[in-house]
Amino acid sequence: MFVHGLATNPGWDWPTFFQFFATRTIFSALWVTVQLTVYGTVLGFVLGAVLASMRLSSSPFLQVVAWGYIWAFRSIPLIVQLLFWFNIAYLYKELSIGVPFGPEFVHFSTNNLFGPLGAAVLGLALHQAAYAAEIIRGGIISVDAGQLEAAAALGIPRIRQFFRIVLPQAMRSILPNGANEVISLFKGTSIVSVMAIPELFYQVQVIYGRNSRVVPLLMVATVWYIVLTTLLSIVQYYVERRFARGTAR
Amino acid sequence: MIDVKGVHKSFGDLEVLKGIDLDVPAGAVTVILGPSGSGKSTLLRSINHLEKVDRGLVRIDGELIGYKRRGNKLHELREREILRQRSQVGFVFQTFNLFGHLTVLQNVVEAPVSAQGRKRSEVEPYARELLERVGVGDKADVYPRQLSGGQQQRVAIARALALKPKVLLFDEPTSALDPELVGEVLDVIKELARDGATMVVVTHEIGFAREIADTVVFIDGGRIVESGPPREVLDNPVHERTRAFISKVL
Repeated sequence: MFVHGLATNPGWDWPTFFQFFATRTIFSALWVTVQLTVYGTVLGFVLGAVLASMRLSSSPFLQVVAWGYIWAFRSIPLIVQLLFWFNIAYLYKELSIGVPFGPEFVHFSTNNLFGPLGAAVLGLALHQAAYAAEIIRGGIISVDAGQLEAAAALGIPRIRQFFRIVLPQAMRSILPNGANEVISLFKGTSIVSVMAIPELFYQVQVIYGRNSRVVPLLMVATVWYIVLTTLLSIVQYYVERRFARGTAR
Repeated sequence: MIDVKGVHKSFGDLEVLKGIDLDVPAGAVTVILGPSGSGKSTLLRSINHLEKVDRGLVRIDGELIGYKRRGNKLHELREREILRQRSQVGFVFQTFNLFGHLTVLQNVVEAPVSAQGRKRSEVEPYARELLERVGVGDKADVYPRQLSGGQQQRVAIARALALKPKVLLFDEPTSALDPELVGEVLDVIKELARDGATMVVVTHEIGFAREIADTVVFIDGGRIVESGPPREVLDNPVHERTRAFISKVL
């Protein structure tokens, strides 16, 4: 019935869908969405890895700092955080790096520091880092302690113990959760539309605001989200297969 | 070769080692026996500083392990130094601890290259030779999980040998194996003993101890109860506790 309706119900308005599906505006909006996802993922996971290693370090200070960060950024709704970064110029007009009460070395105005896109990337990445940190930490502690002990007993240097022995095995459990995060970040970028950034969802809203064809334009966005999520899932499959070497399942 | 003096170790309130002295001459095989919880594994692990001792000294080939002496005080070495010292000691674990994501050959080659800075091109033929020697020469390119427990443990021995260590430490190397696989691992260890390797072996295999040990050390409650040649300690133990233990294990 539903499939039949999709084809026959004029409400879906497929001609309008095809009219906009592969237009320049949509492509450039899609590109912004992809950029937000890539930057958010890369920065988020790099910062997340740092936070995870801080939480796993033996220094109580680093542990508390990392715990505090994760607590804060998991507590604040993403949309609130994004609006905050968008409006930071309202709070602090200028930022500078220097000695407190001493000379200033670098100085910039917050308005120029990050444009809307920069603010969006920052917000997404900081938010993502808190979740990525816990996923990475979970992956690392899931690796059998005997592996690290054997590496230590063989005298393998510390950094190499981590990158050659622990991390590849941690990746097994980091990847499925990590892929979840990337995909949810990809769709989560639509939240950035509140900052009037011309990403996919915002652009679609702008168009249906003009021509009132809400449903077909939402379908344009939906289909693109599905297409790219499918691509990500395929990538996930191959990456996971690579890290599954030497395991039974 | 290995010189342990007055070693104490506690975990919280529990004192596991209460002053251990042990001397292992070069080329000698020492077997440590004792009930579980007697501190024998902890002693073995403190020899290569996997366990920090609270008091006492460990020397290998005259070199203080884990610490350096400055004036009258001992300072713990930096991690880099500790790792360098460990790469001169081969350690074989009860649970093998092979790196599951690396092939057998990669497992053996890893430490000589990354810990000792030797050339891969030089280490690889040597690694294959070692695998051949422990009887798994045809398994170089498979992953550990595809091997039986006995084969995995023999790979772990080859991995330890690849460092060309001064001494070899075995922590219950056959305890995690099915009974029918124990023999093949013991055979490899026996052959190493015949070749004159300096070894300390923690085990429950009394027959094996009798066969390879130059010295048998019986530990209970964190102290050495008695030690000596197998004939004495295993066949004519002086102490009641040793006698009770041996009659139970045999």
